[in-house]
Amino acid sequence: MARITLTVDGEQVTDDVEPRTLLVHYLREHLGKTGTVIGCDTSNCGACTVHLDGRSVKSCNVLAVQADGHEVTTIEGLARGGELHPVQEAFRECHGLQCGFCTPGMIMQSIDLLAENPSPTEDEVRHGLEGNLCRCTGYHNIVRSVLHAAGGAQ
Amino acid sequence: MIPAPFDYLAPTTVEEALAALAEHGDDAKVVAGGQSLLPVLRMRLNTPEVVVDLGRIDSLRGIREEGDHLVVGAMTTHHEVRTSDLVRTHAAVLAHATDQLADSQIRHRGTLGGALAHADPAGDQGACVLSLGAELEVTGPGGARTVPADQFFLGLFETALGDDEILTAVRIPKHTGWGGHYEKFVRVVHQWPIVAVAASVRLEGGTIAEARVGLTNMGPTYLRARGVEEALVGATPTLDGVREAAERATEGTDPPSDLNGDADYRRHLAGVLTARAVVAAAGG
Repeated sequence: MARITLTVDGEQVTDDVEPRTLLVHYLREHLGKTGTVIGCDTSNCGACTVHLDGRSVKSCNVLAVQADGHEVTTIEGLARGGELHPVQEAFRECHGLQCGFCTPGMIMQSIDLLAENPSPTEDEVRHGLEGNLCRCTGYHNIVRSVLHAAGGAQ
Repeated sequence: MIPAPFDYLAPTTVEEALAALAEHGDDAKVVAGGQSLLPVLRMRLNTPEVVVDLGRIDSLRGIREEGDHLVVGAMTTHHEVRTSDLVRTHAAVLAHATDQLADSQIRHRGTLGGALAHADPAGDQGACVLSLGAELEVTGPGGARTVPADQFFLGLFETALGDDEILTAVRIPKHTGWGGHYEKFVRVVHQWPIVAVAASVRLEGGTIAEARVGLTNMGPTYLRARGVEEALVGATPTLDGVREAAERATEGTDPPSDLNGDADYRRHLAGVLTARAVVAAAGG
């Protein structure tokens, strides 16, 4: 077992974990943060995307021990005092989800994308979401949501 | 799936990492960014007893100039490579290839050194560093050595790196003023290329004075298309002007056949993509 201390959604946590524990399993099973989901298990789909020190990563492709001493933000850490994050709000406004399974990852990646490029073109949004798969919306409303959030931020 | 159990070491210096490798030998596996290794561990295609993580060795990160070379630390992430002004200025083809590598999340974690040490023949950066004549800095128990890229990549997932050695940096001769373009042919955008071509060209008076061309996934490892490079000298950088030279891209290749295409299809692609890559590298 290895002892890790990290900050998750603003709270410091310390745990003993097996070194082979994936970050996504740590978040879900040790901390109960089931908002971050496991989609493909092959690092393709992006559903498990979280922020590690402010940048998007696929949490099925990071060991929990690698996050020791670092800061993790999940979909559960976005809302403030009952207010949705503007990108969450945009996904609701633009119907950027159907079944909702890819949504946590889509939103986390969209926030990273907008942090790097606050006024993206539609093409830039589509490229920025390359690592996130959705099997029901056809992406159009997801892209609209991100553009809507970008407009709202201006 | 989760990986089989292993012990985890996170050294903070190269010396500590080398000591760990010396102690554990074949039982140890080095993890850089882990974006290729973790899927391998999860699928249990490899079950090392010890994982040595280079992620906490700060001296392996960063991009700097050293005379007429650009030196990229092995643990520099793809994101840092693709957004680096130094890389764009002096090794444009590497920046362009890294732009197209996997996806944003993978680029935030994955590293140049990790990708090169992994030596996946469909990896995007090997053909770039090979064609630019880069050297790889390797450190082991006997000290540091420098391996030219054409002696580093030996075959399928095979490099000149010993079990007790670590790739510490990539030294790339500056190609300042050269155009660079990576032409990648994929079925799904964030996937590995079926075939890709890394081209760098220097123009003089509207014609090609020098060219460097590397091929991805046209054999068990990255290949340099020297026949194309020679034939391009003096060519006009248009699709018609480079077509004959580009056809030589198939020389010495041994492409795989798989669900994405058979070897003949890949040979066809190599010629077409080489012509496109060269013209684009020349600004066309």
